Amino acid sequence: MTYKPIDDGPDWTFDLLDTYHQEIARVAEHYRLDTYPNQIEVITAEQMMDAYSSVGMPIGYAHWSYGKKFIQTEQTYKRGQMGLAYEIVINSDPCIAYLMEENTLPMQALVMAHACYGHNSFFKGNYLFKTWTDASSIIDYLVFAKNYVAKCEEKYGIDEVENLIDSCHALMNYGVDRYKRPQRISMFEEQKRQQEREDYLQSQVNELWRTIPKGEDQETHDRPRFPTEPQENILYFIEKNAPLLESWQREIIRIVRKVSQYFYPQRQTQVMNEGWATFWHYTILNHLYDEGKLSDSFMLEFLQSHTNVVYQPPYNSKFYSGINPYALGFNMMVDIRRICENPTQEDKQWFPEFAGSNWLDTLHFAMQNFKDESFISQFLSPKLMRDFKLFTIVDKQKSPHLEVGAIHDEMGYQQLRSALSAQYNLSNHEPNIQVYDVDIRGDRSLTLRYIPQGGIPLAGSKQEVIKHLYRLWGFKVRLEQVDETGKVEQIAQCPETEGE
Amino acid sequence: MAHFIDRRLNGKNKSTLNRQRFIRRYKKQIKKAVSEAINKRSVTDVSSGESISIPQRDISEPTFHQGKGGDRELIHPGNDQFSTGDKIQRPPSGQGGGGGEGEASDQGEGQDDFVFSISKDEYLDLLFEDLELPNLQQSQLDKLMQMKTHRAGFCNDGMPSNLDIVRSLKGSMARRIAMTSSKRRELKELEEELANLLAEPVPPQQKIIDIEQRIEILKAQIAAVPFIDNYDLRFRNYERRPHPTSKAVMFCLMDVSGSMDQATKDMAKRFYILLYQFLTRTYKDIEVVYIRHHTQAKEVDEQEFFYSQETGGTIVSSALKLMDEIIQERYAQGDWNIYAAQASDGDNWADDSPQCTQILSSKLLKTVRYYAYIEITTRAHQSLWREYQGVANAFDNFAMQHIRSVEDIYPIFRELFKKNKDKQSAA
Repeated sequence: MTYKPIDDGPDWTFDLLDTYHQEIARVAEHYRLDTYPNQIEVITAEQMMDAYSSVGMPIGYAHWSYGKKFIQTEQTYKRGQMGLAYEIVINSDPCIAYLMEENTLPMQALVMAHACYGHNSFFKGNYLFKTWTDASSIIDYLVFAKNYVAKCEEKYGIDEVENLIDSCHALMNYGVDRYKRPQRISMFEEQKRQQEREDYLQSQVNELWRTIPKGEDQETHDRPRFPTEPQENILYFIEKNAPLLESWQREIIRIVRKVSQYFYPQRQTQVMNEGWATFWHYTILNHLYDEGKLSDSFMLEFLQSHTNVVYQPPYNSKFYSGINPYALGFNMMVDIRRICENPTQEDKQWFPEFAGSNWLDTLHFAMQNFKDESFISQFLSPKLMRDFKLFTIVDKQKSPHLEVGAIHDEMGYQQLRSALSAQYNLSNHEPNIQVYDVDIRGDRSLTLRYIPQGGIPLAGSKQEVIKHLYRLWGFKVRLEQVDETGKVEQIAQCPETEGE
Repeated sequence: MAHFIDRRLNGKNKSTLNRQRFIRRYKKQIKKAVSEAINKRSVTDVSSGESISIPQRDISEPTFHQGKGGDRELIHPGNDQFSTGDKIQRPPSGQGGGGGEGEASDQGEGQDDFVFSISKDEYLDLLFEDLELPNLQQSQLDKLMQMKTHRAGFCNDGMPSNLDIVRSLKGSMARRIAMTSSKRRELKELEEELANLLAEPVPPQQKIIDIEQRIEILKAQIAAVPFIDNYDLRFRNYERRPHPTSKAVMFCLMDVSGSMDQATKDMAKRFYILLYQFLTRTYKDIEVVYIRHHTQAKEVDEQEFFYSQETGGTIVSSALKLMDEIIQERYAQGDWNIYAAQASDGDNWADDSPQCTQILSSKLLKTVRYYAYIEITTRAHQSLWREYQGVANAFDNFAMQHIRSVEDIYPIFRELFKKNKDKQSAA
């Protein structure tokens, strides 16, 4: 290969960015990375802080909590406690990626490979994103949401809207449909439908809460439960059934729910998404280097930063804060390639389906059809567990000691793998709380049930959240806990005193 | 394909609205912090914002999440010593042990305060809001005029030292071009004709001589146009315009006798701060003179002014005398805008009050632009108030008000600084 490197800066220009982008795009195509068109925006550090605090939404409705995040970001950044991320990328079509002005040219190239081809192809290819998010309409939807919230603030007052959004945010994680595929509609349809929905919803609610007596003999003790099945999407349930809400309030609940739904896949694919993007920036830039397109100093700077990103501190390091998703994801991707290209006896035994197969096919397959939980339980190899020196700590409440459950040895591999996979199962650390019952004939009180896993109780914040729920529902709200024996115990209610 | 978009020129303040929302929401806490901070602040410190701290617990956003306890299995990397079945002592609760809440970063229960800074403008807004009015009303008080020299274009006449050489030479060049152009055109034509005639096989001598003569005349005429003339001269012009002076001095007079307690002084301090802020909106440089008095007056620094305690009787005229002396000594040139604010609880030695009127009417009120007297007391007025009422009726630039509690300060402040209006009714 001829060594004819592209100018490596360190200062970048738009022309140079474009040159690098073209090279990266060429290599990405070579590896069959299918992406949305890229829209690369160069921004300043201050703008990056703005982007940060709006939790990655390019346009957001106004709310104090984003202001709080902004102030926090600003404080920590100014005190030098935190550097800013090099990039933010948005799951939209075209895919928007932010490059920060301050970065050097090698960093910009890294970010382009990482975000514009890594994350972007993941957004386009992964089944969760395909099912739950609609990249082409998200920007339009956010614009609609922002304008709608602003309109409501004008009409009903900032406080009113703010309180409502506070309550919705408290329940945001319970605003996700896990099984139903949401509709794909554009902003204009959304606006049109919004009006129709308003009228329709209100009429439905009225039907449910109809007070005209139906004849006395219908008053029975074994009234049917409502909802007939427990509902996990609490916000959806409230949007459709809360008796006292006005239609604009239902619409705002819907907005928060939609945003939550949009981010849901990201929460489930952190390891894969980052691993995939990191793997590709690494592979693409090395490919370019092998072609002689990148200078040595470029490579050194790139490798230095790459190494920092994928560093996994051990459990006893002062830098340790859990497993680094970049490190785990990147190493798993590299490991899959290794298993395909140079399988050992052990690999053949553990991964007969793909050991020795085409690595690119296998990686694409893995990217498209898994989420963190299933990805780990399918692809985490014994070699990687040894490399990471993984071990589990079993913390049983009744035992006076912590116990080492499994380590990276023959006996422990299976257990380690399922434990790590479980650690990435959202439902294992998001408390399982569902709408259980509404007393539609009586005091209209709403009952939720918490089913603990492994006897882990809810944290003290539950009382506060129940207050928010009460604000939305308008009538008494109870939270019950069901233990392993099926015994039901009330753990919170709002209002707190009986008989009010 | 990719587009590159340069967004750097877009506003960077996308979060401003959200930040304002945050401040709006926590106004109560922030206001509390601001009003606590005001007592720590120096009167003359208006350039800085304020650092605000709010308990973390007040601003947390609650969500359902798992608490401590129960059974869990957690994975860690970097095993260097453990094998299956090892028993480990539980780490003391409070550090480490928890785990499992990797994502629940903002649910911290009662950690440090949330500390952030607000800008100067936000600070002032909050400060004045505490007093229940959004913004200060700009007073139209006349200011002292001072003549100041400004450049005012160019003129044809002036002192040699104001001569603008470049402009003058430009004028000269233009004049020369204008005055000679027809002659030079003719000269050029004649020279061409002469050359043509000379080139002919038989040059017509007479014609050549005529042309040569004409050329001589033209050359002489061109040379006679002066290089520089009086018309060309341009002088920088200056004119003197009246200019409000931006220097002001603010006299703070306060009774520090035993009857003035710290709460009363804090109220007075708020008043002085307001006055100072108000003056900074009009004047660039402000000096503050602190005069405290009991039976004797003394010029002190701010710290001593607000926080030292004295006992004894009260003779107000001592402070007025001192103020007059200081004005004579330091601020007499006439380009100072002098303001004075006197705070007192109304006590004065009865025989002294007429003397105060005397000093005010004969000396001070002739030099000061505005003199405000505030009486901070819940009791009945005494002799000083009655004396000052007479002064207020006689002079436009004297105003007096009665403050009972903190809430009164701002409305009264505004009342005082309404332009020469309602004076009589206020008194």
